[in-house]
Amino acid sequence: MGNDILSVGIDIGTSTTQVIFSRIVMENMASFFAVPHISIIDKEVIYKSDIYMTPLVNSYLIDGDKVRDIVAGEFQKAGFTPQDTQTGAVIITGESARKENSALVLEKLSDFAGDFVVSTAGPDLESVIAGKGSGAQSYSEENACVAVNLDIGGGTTNIVVFDEGKVIAKGCADVGGRLLKLEKDYTVTYVSPTAQMISDKHGLSLAVGQKTDDKAITILCDEMVGLVEQMLGIYDKSDMLNSVVTNGSTELVINKPIRAVCFSGGVADCIYKTGFPKLQFGDIGVFLGNSFKKSRLYGDFKLINAKETIRATVVGAGTYTTSISGSTITYSENILPLKNVPVLKLTLDEQTKVFNGDKEFLREKVKWFNSQNDSTKLILGLPGSKNPTYTEIGILADTIGLVMDEVLEKNEPILIVTECDIAKALGQAIRRRFLNKRSIISIDSISVDDGDFVDLGKPLMDGLVIPVVVKTLIFG
Amino acid sequence: MDNNAIESIVQAVLAQLASNGGNVSADSVKQTVSSVADNIPDSQLVDITSKEVKSKPLIEEPCDIDGLNRMISKTTARIGVGKAGPRLKTQTMLALRADHAAARDSVFADVDEKKMQDLGMFCVKTCCKDRNEHLTRPDLGRKFDAETVSEIKSKCTPNPDIQFVVSDGLSSKAIEANVKDVLPAVMDGVKSMGYSVGTPFFVKFGRVASMDHVCEIVGSKVTCILIGERPGLGTAESMSAYLTYESKVGMPEANRTVVSNIHSGGITAVEAGAYLAEVIDLIMKNKASGVNLKK
Repeated sequence: MGNDILSVGIDIGTSTTQVIFSRIVMENMASFFAVPHISIIDKEVIYKSDIYMTPLVNSYLIDGDKVRDIVAGEFQKAGFTPQDTQTGAVIITGESARKENSALVLEKLSDFAGDFVVSTAGPDLESVIAGKGSGAQSYSEENACVAVNLDIGGGTTNIVVFDEGKVIAKGCADVGGRLLKLEKDYTVTYVSPTAQMISDKHGLSLAVGQKTDDKAITILCDEMVGLVEQMLGIYDKSDMLNSVVTNGSTELVINKPIRAVCFSGGVADCIYKTGFPKLQFGDIGVFLGNSFKKSRLYGDFKLINAKETIRATVVGAGTYTTSISGSTITYSENILPLKNVPVLKLTLDEQTKVFNGDKEFLREKVKWFNSQNDSTKLILGLPGSKNPTYTEIGILADTIGLVMDEVLEKNEPILIVTECDIAKALGQAIRRRFLNKRSIISIDSISVDDGDFVDLGKPLMDGLVIPVVVKTLIFG
Repeated sequence: MDNNAIESIVQAVLAQLASNGGNVSADSVKQTVSSVADNIPDSQLVDITSKEVKSKPLIEEPCDIDGLNRMISKTTARIGVGKAGPRLKTQTMLALRADHAAARDSVFADVDEKKMQDLGMFCVKTCCKDRNEHLTRPDLGRKFDAETVSEIKSKCTPNPDIQFVVSDGLSSKAIEANVKDVLPAVMDGVKSMGYSVGTPFFVKFGRVASMDHVCEIVGSKVTCILIGERPGLGTAESMSAYLTYESKVGMPEANRTVVSNIHSGGITAVEAGAYLAEVIDLIMKNKASGVNLKK
C-alpha cells in the first residue's frame, strides 16, 4: 500500500450503466543513485459491476435516483466507500450526454464523487477513453503501428486512431445498435433520425408500429457500416455522411495508413462472437455486428482482440484518466486537492517573451484570461525549456511570480504546469521570491492545451508526485 | 571530405607516381592531401559527433525506415549504422574515435579556474602534483598538504551547516558544463531553508573522498562535493553530487548519498540543484546520509 491508488469509473451510456474499480500501481523506476522517477507500472481492474440498462424517465432523460441506487449498490458490493477512492471519472456518453442529464447526474452522484472523482463527457474524449479501455492504444504502442478503435454503442460509434499509442485522430458517428428498436415480432418501436434517413433513401418504410423484416434491417445496417467506412477513408465520402457525424465531434482526418482495427462497445460482442438470436436485445445490435463482420473494415486489416468490449469505456474512464506529475516538483500541500482549474497555455513564442522578462505581455494575457473565466484560479501552462540556465529560471520566476502576485486575488495560489522537467527549480525560485506570502504549485511532465481544465490530487509516493487529471470539458 | 576532394587527391598522387617513375615519398602525399583538404570551407564540414548526424541511420535502403528511426531515437547506442563488408562504415568508425577522444580530453583537460572564480570560489589542489599522479594515485587525490589545509582554514567560514566543494574528478567538461547552474540553485535553495552555507571552493585533482578531509578541516555538518563522473562514449559531461553527514577520513562509502547522471541528457542542472537542496534538508533533519538515511 501507499504505492497504489484506488480509482473508480462510472459510465452512464445511452443503453447501459456500469461501474468498475481499478488499482493503479506506481513505482520509483530510477536507480537508487539517481533522482527519483515515479511511473505508473500497473493498472488492474479489480471489480466489474453488472451491466445495467440505463434507467430512463422518458426517451432521453435519465432517472437520476435510480442511477444513484445502482452506483450505491455497486460500491457496497465491491466493499468500498467513497472515501476509499482517490481518483476516477464519471462519464456520461452518447445520447445521454445532454446538459440536463449531466447536471442531474452530477447532483445525484455528488456523495460518491469522493475527494477526487471528476466528471467528463463529450464524444471526442469518449472515443479516446474507449480506445484506451479496449486495449487498442497499448496495441498501437507495443506494435508501433496505426490502430483504430471503433466503440460501437447503442447510439453512437466512437472512433479513435492511435499511432504508436498517441491519438492522431478522433471522431464520432450516429451509428449504433439502438437506432432502431423492435419487438420480437419485428414491430418497430423506435426509429432514430439516422435510421429514418437511411430508410427514406432505400425505401425501407421503417415506422413506429409497422412491422419490418431481416432484409430491410440488413440493408439499414450495411448502410450504417458503409458510412463508418467512408469516415475512415475506405470508401469515397457520400453526401449522407455529414448528417451522421455526431454533433460536437471533430472531423476525423487520418493521414497515415491504418494497420489494425479493434472493436469495442456492446455491438463488438456481436462481431467477435457468433450465435446470438437475431432480436435478443430488442434492437438491431446483432444485425449491425454481422454487417461489420462482412465489411472491409473487418477483413482488410489486422484484427485486434479487444481486452474489453462492452466495458471498454468504463474501464478506460476508471483506469486511464489519471496521470502523475514529474517526480521533481514544488507544491504547498495544504491547498490540495484542487478541482477544475482552467488552463492558460502559452505558445512557444509567448513563452519566449516570458523568458525574456516581458511582464507587460504576461500581465495583459493573464488579465484577459481572468476576464474570460468565472474561476478566480488559473494554472499557467508552459512548454518549458529542455536545458535552462539558472539565470533563465531566475528571470522566469521573477516575471511569473510578480505578475501572478499582482493579478491574482489575495490568497489565490500561483499554479504552474510545464512539459519539460523544470518545475522544482522554477517552483523553488518563485517560492524564495515570495517566501510564504502565496501558496505555490509547480509541476511538470504534463502536457495541457488552452481550454483544458485540470484536477490536482493529494501527493502520493511520500510526496514525490501528485496525481493529475487533464480534462477537455467539464459540465455544470 | 566529399568524393570530389578525394578524387582530386588521388589524381594528384597518381600524377606524381607517373612523373617520378613509381616513387612517391610519404611527405609529398601528406602535402597533397592537406593542400586539397585546407581548401574545403568550414561550412561544408559536417560534425559527425553531433546529435543530428548520429540520429540518421546509415543502413542503406532499410525496409522500415520509421521503425528504424524510432529505435535510434530511444537509445544512445550506435544502432542502424550499417556496415562496409564485415566492418563499420568509415563515418561510424570516425565518430567512435571522436567520442573516445572527447572522453579522454575530458579526463586530461584542466577546469578553467577563472570560471570557478567567477562563481565565487577559490582554487586549491590535492596532494597530486599532476594529472598522471591524479589518475594513478587515488590515495593522494583524497587529501591536502599542510599548506593547503591552512589556506582552506583561513579562507573558509568555520563550522557551517553546509560546505560545498567542486572537483574535476574524472571529467573537467562535466564541471564546466553543469556547475554554473547547479551550484547557485542548490546554494540559494538551502539558504532559503535557513541553513548556513560555508565558502565554496574548487579542488583540482580531486577524488570523491577528498570531501572527508574538507569536512574535517572546516567542521561542516553536511558536505556536498560536485564532481565529474568517469566519461563514457555517450556523454563526457555527466556530473555527480556526493553528500555526507559529518564525514570522516576513512568513513564507509555506504554512508554517502549520491545523485548521479547530472547532464543535459539526464537530470538537468537546475532541477538537480533544486532536488539537492531538498536532499540536504532531509540529511540535516535526519542527521544521517547514505544507507543510514532511509528514503
